[in-house]
Amino acid sequence: MTAQQIQVRLFARARELANSDLISVQVGGETTVARLRQAIAEQVPQLQPLSGRLLIAVDNAYAGEDQLLTETQEVACFPPVSGG
Amino acid sequence: MKTDSISITDQPIDYAAITEQVRSNECGAVVLFMGTVREMTAGKQTVALDYEAYPEMADQMMQQLIDEARDQWDVHAIAIEHRVGHLTLGEISVAIAVSSAHRKEAFAAGHFLIDRLKEIVPIWKKENWSDGTTEWEHPEIKAK
Repeated sequence: MTAQQIQVRLFARARELANSDLISVQVGGETTVARLRQAIAEQVPQLQPLSGRLLIAVDNAYAGEDQLLTETQEVACFPPVSGG
Repeated sequence: MKTDSISITDQPIDYAAITEQVRSNECGAVVLFMGTVREMTAGKQTVALDYEAYPEMADQMMQQLIDEARDQWDVHAIAIEHRVGHLTLGEISVAIAVSSAHRKEAFAAGHFLIDRLKEIVPIWKKENWSDGTTEWEHPEIKAK
């Protein structure tokens, strides 16, 4: 299985820590949300302060850890929400 | 029949307009919730809040909240508006208006909507404290 390059939108403190609102993450093997999470931790170490608290959304919905990703989906990564 | 409405805006929220959106002769009850920027939090002084949204997903999640509320209560119309950008003390960050034939449903749905909004809608706030420091507020909650 070839590696996939996933574009990930960042928000709030994640955006500030990475100093970018979009990162590109390479995920090898089966491209699950769990694998993406691992790849983000390795390839974007600036997000370390939020480690374990980041939420992943795929196509505007919260994603489960086993969900499979493709390069054409919209993927986002952000800390717990705090609106209101 | 009034229709539901959802919006994210960088302009001041017109709470009278939001309320009018849900008012109807069929409804004896209209409940309005307004979240406003508070000065003191646990002994620390706020001068302003910065709100950031993931707008496309926030719209979708707010629609989900409306669907969830309608599954539970017989409400007539719901309007939700959230502001983003830089807000100073007393400004309105969010307004939720709900109308129903009787008061019980409007209160219950309004309470549910603001609580649930704070759990799942992708909007974040950053505190601007009076000592010049800033801090993102990221509560330790698991969104579903």
